Amino acid sequence: MTGARSGDIALELRNLDVTFGDGDSSVRAVADVSLQVRRGTSFGLIGESGSGKSTVLRAIAGLNGNYGGTILLDGAEIPMPRPKSFFSRVQMVFQDPYGSLHPRKMVRAVLMEPLQIHGIGDRDRRIAEALQAVGLTPDFAYRYPHQLSGGQRQRVAIARCLVLEPELLLLDEPTSALDVSVQAGVLNLLDALRRERGLTYVMVSHDLRVVAHMCDRIAVMTEGRMVEELDADAIYEDRCEDPYTRALLHSSKGYQRKDTPDAAE
Amino acid sequence: MAERLSVKNLRVSYPAPAGGWNEVLRGVSFDLGRERLAIVGESGSGKSTTGRAIMRLLPDQARVSSDRMSFGDVDLMKASERRMRSIRGGRIAMVLQDARYSLNPLHRVRRQIAEACRLHARMSRAEAHDRALDLLEQVRIRNPRRVMDLYPHELSGGMGQRVMIAMMLAAEPELVIADEPTSALDVTVRGQILDILNERVEAQGAALIFISHDLPLVADFCDRVLVMYAGRVVEEIAARDLEHARHPYTRALLGSLPPTDRRVDKLVVPERDPAWLDGPLP
Repeated sequence: MTGARSGDIALELRNLDVTFGDGDSSVRAVADVSLQVRRGTSFGLIGESGSGKSTVLRAIAGLNGNYGGTILLDGAEIPMPRPKSFFSRVQMVFQDPYGSLHPRKMVRAVLMEPLQIHGIGDRDRRIAEALQAVGLTPDFAYRYPHQLSGGQRQRVAIARCLVLEPELLLLDEPTSALDVSVQAGVLNLLDALRRERGLTYVMVSHDLRVVAHMCDRIAVMTEGRMVEELDADAIYEDRCEDPYTRALLHSSKGYQRKDTPDAAE
Repeated sequence: MAERLSVKNLRVSYPAPAGGWNEVLRGVSFDLGRERLAIVGESGSGKSTTGRAIMRLLPDQARVSSDRMSFGDVDLMKASERRMRSIRGGRIAMVLQDARYSLNPLHRVRRQIAEACRLHARMSRAEAHDRALDLLEQVRIRNPRRVMDLYPHELSGGMGQRVMIAMMLAAEPELVIADEPTSALDVTVRGQILDILNERVEAQGAALIFISHDLPLVADFCDRVLVMYAGRVVEEIAARDLEHARHPYTRALLGSLPPTDRRVDKLVVPERDPAWLDGPLP
C-alpha cells in the first residue's frame, strides 16, 4: 500500500444516497448521509429495521453499487465496481455466522480463499496466525462450520477478514445472532484487535448497549436519514438533542411497566 | 395466591443419534399463580421446551415424564389428545416469536381471528366478525377494518404480534405462554407490544409465562424469574431482586451485558463451571 495518507480520516461519506426501484415504487433507503470516521476509532450506526444502517455499510463495501454521493477511503474516492485492492484494505463481517460460511468448506479452505484471490504467499503461517488472533487453536483449521458453535463461527468470519490484514472492518450486527455470554467474548476480541492493530471499525447494530460499549462516535438513523451524531458518553449520560434519539435511548434502556389501576389483586 | 399450574420434576429426553437418550429437561419444578413468570436462559437451556411440554406440543419422539403437571383440575400428563385440543388455544394460549411465521400465510387476518373466536365459543359468522374487529381494537390497531383484510406477509412485525395477541385473547385464556414475543421487534415497538400484552393479561385475569433470553427486560416486566441452565432451573428469584441474584450463572449472565450507564474496559465472559450442571442450588 503506497500513496499519501490524507490525515486523520480513514473513511468519509459525503451526501450518500441510495434508492431502490424507480418511479412511484422507489424507496429512498439512505438519504443524504455524511459522516467521517477517524483512523483507529470505531464508528457506530444505530437504528431500527429499515432505517438504512445496513444499506450504508453495503454501499461502502460496494454491494449496493447504485449510490449517489461520494465515499472516500483515505481521502480518495473509491471507484465502482470496487477494485480487488479495495478488499485487501476493507473487509466485512456479516450478521449471521450460520449463513456467511460455506457449509461444505473446511475452516482452512475458508481462510485460504482470500489469500489465493489476492495472490498472497506464506499462507499456512497466515492462517495459523489469524486463528490464533481470534482465540481458536490450530486444529480448528480442519473443522467444518457445522462442527462449530455460533461464537466460533463468528470468530472464523473475523479471521477470514484478518488474513488480509485490512485497515477497516465493516461490522454488520456481528453479535446479534449470539447469546449474551458468547457476545461478550466476541466483543472483547473485536475491541482488543482494534487496539492492537490500529484497525478502524464501522459497526452497525440495533443494540444500544453494544454500540455504546464498542464505539467512540455514534450516528442515529431513522427512515434513511441520520438524525444525530453523538459520543458514546452522551448515551451513558443521557445527553441527546433529537426526539427520535431520545425515544430510542429510552426504550433501549428497559421497559417501564404501566400499572393499570385494576392490576392489584 | 391460588396455583393455576403446578409442575413437579418435569423431564424430557430425545433419542440420541448414537443411541440412548439426551435429557434436555432434567427435573423442572415450579408453581404458577396469577402472575407474570419469566423463564430465562440461553439457547438450548430448555426454556422453550418447558413451554411446549406444558402445551403437550413436543414432537412424538420426545420422552416426557413428571411427578405432576397439572393445570387447575386438568392432569396435563394424562389428558386425552381431544381434551388437550380444547385446552390449547382455549384455556392456555401461546404467543410465538414471529407472527408472520405462525399465522397461516394463505388466509386473511379476518378469517384467522374469526376462526379462533368460533372454535372456542358458539357464535355466528357475523358475531365472530364483530368480535374479531373488537379484538383488533383491544390490541390498539388503529384501522382494524383495513388490517382484517391483510395477509400475514403484509403485516409489519409489530402489527403481526398484535394480531397474534388478538387471536390469543379470543378464547379468554387463563394462562398465556409467550415465547420470545418481542425478540424479533425493534425496541420502540417492543414497549408497545409489552404494554398491550400486560394490559390484556391483567384485564382478563390471566397468568403469564414469559419465555425470554433478555434478563433486563424480564426484570422490568415480570414478577418472578426462573433461570434455566442446561435443562435445570438453577435459580428462582423475584424479578425486582434480579440484580442481587445468588447463582453464579445468573450473575455471570448479567455481568456479560454491556452496561447502559458507564463504559467498562472489558466485558466479563462467563466461565462455565461444570458444577452448574448438577451441583447444589443456592
